Amino acid sequence: MNYISYIERTKAFYAAQGFDVPYQWSQHDDVPFSPMSKRLSDARIGIVTTAYRDQTTPMMARQAEAVPTEDAPTNFLNEDLSWDKETTHMADRRSYFPLEYLKVGVKNGLIGSLSTRFYFAPTQYSQRLTIEQDAPAIVRFAQEDALDGVVLVPI
Amino acid sequence: MAGIATVVVGTAWDIVTHCQVPRFVYNDLPLGNPLGNPWDIVMQSQTMDRALSILVDAKTPTAEAMQHRFSSDDRWKMTYMAVTDENREELRERGEENRRQRLADKADGLKRE
Repeated sequence: MNYISYIERTKAFYAAQGFDVPYQWSQHDDVPFSPMSKRLSDARIGIVTTAYRDQTTPMMARQAEAVPTEDAPTNFLNEDLSWDKETTHMADRRSYFPLEYLKVGVKNGLIGSLSTRFYFAPTQYSQRLTIEQDAPAIVRFAQEDALDGVVLVPI
Repeated sequence: MAGIATVVVGTAWDIVTHCQVPRFVYNDLPLGNPLGNPWDIVMQSQTMDRALSILVDAKTPTAEAMQHRFSSDDRWKMTYMAVTDENREELRERGEENRRQRLADKADGLKRE
């Protein structure tokens, strides 16, 4: 598989910007695995995205949020996120936010139900903030909404 | 309390497998379109079909690659975050600006603690 080594690219890219200490990408030796407890046709599914609704809050101040699904923007404003702006575009929400797909799945009976909220996970430089604040907040949201399965789609 | 089943759908094979997650569906596509190429509903649906199937069926940690392609060749893979003689000075300036902005945001109390 001829995948891009983003870890190496990032290292070189930020070194060229004068950041001397390379970013230490998150790594976990112990990864808890939870089996699905229900059939998909009985399950409630939620979406976690790193796409944000507006750009008025600077990236570093953004926190995990639960947002009513009906308030999902047709186009998230993703300009300040890191993605390959030279190669592609994000004008088609379905290429990163599977709301339409899941709605059709519910309608067809493939999926039990869709959460009434989706969840925003900020792309934080600080792993401490992700692990100690944002991730637990999203788990809380998922429990409040009685989710059985979650699809996480990082940009 | 029982945990909640999760699946990650993404385009950075090395970052996600380095991190390790319970279930991962990988697309060899540009950052920005983890589910499939823009406007390609068939590709996007195939990705989600696979993600839900792994969500339900996987019994152990699983990482799978879809066979989708962004274009007929891989030239697009050369440009993202490339450091070249042409952009080296621009990158150095961007780093300076980035450090200035971070200090300003911090001074404005925008940084999370």
